[in-house]
Amino acid sequence: MSVVWIVVLLVGAATVALKALGPVALGGRSLPGRLTGVVSLLAPALLAALVVTQTVESDRELVLDERLLGLGAAAVALLLRAPLLVVMVVAAVTTALARMLV
Amino acid sequence: MAPIAVAAAVFGAAFAVLSRPAGFDGAAAVAMSATTFAGSAQFATVSILGTGGGVAAAIVAAVLLNARYAPIGISVAPVFEGGSVRRLLEAQLVVDESWALSRRADGRFDRRLLVGAGLLLYAGWVGGTALGVFAGEALGDPETYGLDAAFPALFLALLVPQLSSRHALAAALAGGMIALALIPLTPAGIPIVAAAAACAIGYGR
Repeated sequence: MSVVWIVVLLVGAATVALKALGPVALGGRSLPGRLTGVVSLLAPALLAALVVTQTVESDRELVLDERLLGLGAAAVALLLRAPLLVVMVVAAVTTALARMLV
Repeated sequence: MAPIAVAAAVFGAAFAVLSRPAGFDGAAAVAMSATTFAGSAQFATVSILGTGGGVAAAIVAAVLLNARYAPIGISVAPVFEGGSVRRLLEAQLVVDESWALSRRADGRFDRRLLVGAGLLLYAGWVGGTALGVFAGEALGDPETYGLDAAFPALFLALLVPQLSSRHALAAALAGGMIALALIPLTPAGIPIVAAAAACAIGYGR
């Protein structure tokens, strides 16, 4: 078996197991009350981390590049209450234009 | 939701294109998209293998990047119904985007949105990968179109409506700071996993 297929199969199996862990082990039950508050804050904490890493991370380094301009434009669009798709397009177009001009 | 499936397809195609120099044939690229179904981990894998980083490094990085699906899966666990096999299969539709889109204001999750968005994203991702195998390099670099900046914009747009309480705002700030601080210090994936610790602010509330 080639190296590539070993990686594909192992990463695939690990991901399937990680995703299934909560839904299979917990079944349809809810978490104990004290933990509900913790889990409800997972979304804001992880989303903020995703915003940060996808904007400034590049090969383990902090890189400030055109993506930051795109995110700034998206923030302005959000302030103007633009719909989700418009926010994404504004970020992409701003970033693409900045890359063309620089 | 359809635009998100299109964005997923474009990135799926980009994954197929980028995986070729790392030694992936078309079948391996499509198989990885169908089983792993997580862009960040897949791009990390091919970039590490492509730059001679070794099999172990590629696997560890990809698994760490996907480790967030353990807490994410726990957060959505109450919405799944039926037997273990059905829950295992439906749980595979949980990705960052479907999870974030299906979260309601009261902190619970909308099962129809989660499964619907998950299926659309899955079709876009796997279909896009297959297209990328055939279209090859004609597609070019998705960064030319700024598409890599569309994803943080999506996450920001999904984050803002969730900042409805002081605790949520504190968790977001702490999560963002943890990620920012760890980016230069740890392998890819760890910053996002570690940021999940910020949700401890909500213990007992």
